[in-house]
Amino acid sequence: MSNENVLSRRGVLMKVGILFNALVASALGVPIVGFLLSSITRGRQNGYLSWVPLGSVNEFPEGETRLATFRNPFVSPTDGKTVDTACWVRRVEAEKFQVFAVNCAHLGCPVRWFPQSGLFMCPCHGGAYYRDGSRASGPPERGLFEYPYKVENGLVTIQAGELPTPGASAALLQKKPPCAS
Amino acid sequence: MRLVTQVGEWFDRRLQLAAPIREVTEHRVPRNTASWWYVFGSAALTVFLLQIVTGILLAMIYVPSAGEAWSSLQSLNHDVALGWFIRAMHGWGSNFMVAIVLIHMVQVFLFGAYKFPRELTWIIGVFLLLMTLGMAFSGQVLRFDQDAYWGLGIGASIASRVPIIGPAAVKLMLGGPIIAGATLSRFFALHVFVIPGMLIGFAGLHLLMVLKLGINEWPMPGRVVRRSTYADEYHELTKTDGAPFVPYAVWKDLFFAAFILLAVAACAYYFGPFGPTGRPDPTVIQTAPKPDYFFLWLYALLSLLPPSMETPALLIGPVVAIAGLVLLPFLSGEGEKSWRRRPIAVLTVLLIAIILGTFTHLSGFTPWSPHMNAWSSDPIPERNLHGSTALQRQGALVFQVKQCRNCHSLGEVGGQRGPALDTVAVRLTADQLIRQVIQGGGNMPAYGKNLSPAETTALVAFLETLHPAGQAPARDASQDAVLGEGQPESPRAQP
Repeated sequence: MSNENVLSRRGVLMKVGILFNALVASALGVPIVGFLLSSITRGRQNGYLSWVPLGSVNEFPEGETRLATFRNPFVSPTDGKTVDTACWVRRVEAEKFQVFAVNCAHLGCPVRWFPQSGLFMCPCHGGAYYRDGSRASGPPERGLFEYPYKVENGLVTIQAGELPTPGASAALLQKKPPCAS
Repeated sequence: MRLVTQVGEWFDRRLQLAAPIREVTEHRVPRNTASWWYVFGSAALTVFLLQIVTGILLAMIYVPSAGEAWSSLQSLNHDVALGWFIRAMHGWGSNFMVAIVLIHMVQVFLFGAYKFPRELTWIIGVFLLLMTLGMAFSGQVLRFDQDAYWGLGIGASIASRVPIIGPAAVKLMLGGPIIAGATLSRFFALHVFVIPGMLIGFAGLHLLMVLKLGINEWPMPGRVVRRSTYADEYHELTKTDGAPFVPYAVWKDLFFAAFILLAVAACAYYFGPFGPTGRPDPTVIQTAPKPDYFFLWLYALLSLLPPSMETPALLIGPVVAIAGLVLLPFLSGEGEKSWRRRPIAVLTVLLIAIILGTFTHLSGFTPWSPHMNAWSSDPIPERNLHGSTALQRQGALVFQVKQCRNCHSLGEVGGQRGPALDTVAVRLTADQLIRQVIQGGGNMPAYGKNLSPAETTALVAFLETLHPAGQAPARDASQDAVLGEGQPESPRAQP
């Protein structure tokens, strides 16, 4: 047996070894990538959204806007207080409501309702919204995010579970920009 | 002594590190690089080592759980002996590290050190800067308080604006649908394992290249870099005008490193740890979150950009900036190194410094934000009410109650979002005031639905009194011509 043959045999074995490792690595990559992307894949099946009660209709006087809190439907053991979420509930009349996310449609800071001036104002970058959630002024490009709601057995219930963000509000009603500005 | 030598030799026979270490310490550097301008790189490394040590100490107490992180920080501040000091050192160390890395970068840029053959050293330096900023942001998240919580919301809002993959990017960033336990845990993994690991690797490469390629010589005006001749010229320089790195240049690094550590410790001792501010409870919305010092300029930028510019600026701006920094050594890899012959380089640095400085300064008093409690805490100045009619006083009441002062100041007290109204009657006629109040415009909300005609009349009557003593309020001359002079002065509602 010549030297060259020995070398090429070792060489082939090394290449097979590399290939074997590449195969194992890609096989292991499936669960690793799957684990990393699990928070996205779960959301795909709409697993995050569900209906949560905010309280009795009578807790919200007609014509007024009140802060309500609810517990996020998707909870893990280490969440602490972060799963308690606030929202603004406006009872327009009888069973007609508007439920706004507290997150500013600009960059998500918590907006505050000022009944005297009839405006939601954001403390961060100066966004302002009218009582119906439409944009009044400042950097937001749209009105406040609204949760879909329904009134059942005297309970106001909203569909929630995801952080509303300017790009990810598919589940939330898109508000048209106000015509007067 | 002989025993020490013998033990040393025993180890070196096995480790074989003595020769390479000697080579590193004795390598010749150009004499004029033994300058105080050349100490920032080693200072950044020193602060990074301090961050590793204090970070490990903090990790012994800190609990990366959304339910307990805040309490564990309180316990570090108040219960654990010297916990406050270690937290303060880590927080101040972070500020110092960002500052020193930036100063180092400016020095390297102005001294032309990014030019041939040190292009890759510069590029890795750019990534080291990005990682340092990544550490700063993720560190702010680990200080899991109100600012951290809403800061994550801002991060998620920015990420969501990426076309197509935005919503997925948000869930990947948050580890779920909302800011919660999984979010903090993944930022903990980033801050404690992923980014520091990369930092150590890249800083090692960065340092290795400084040793292999030699430290950048002091830039002399007229000494031009050419790819064909640079290596020989540098070699010649270290031979004719060089000195061993140890001890010729290293003593300044040592002094400055010790000085910086002392400065971090002094700041930590006098100013104490950063926060945590309020508990990260999303139902407590009475908060005005602000980023840490080094991101304040971004906070100001996001307030001042026109809405239509914002998403493009947020998504394209960083890409252009990073690409510019990475491509810099390829665009000007040769030529003059001295800042004395590179006026555009100097102006660029000054321009960026002034922009960042102005934005940071502005975010100290946030003129773009409404003053959330100006209406309830700042009374109308007495001089504005002196000698006023009942209608005007009623208007002053409307002015206060409808929270006009959240955005407008009177007597220099109140919000700065809108213009100060001390002399508004000189600028706008009664009709214009009515139109502005009812329809808004120019970044002012419309109050038409929120004011009764009587309230509007009273409010405008009050606003009309806001003019300097010797100056008449604005009036519509054409109206005088049509209706004749001597018409009643009370404002008319629009048809």
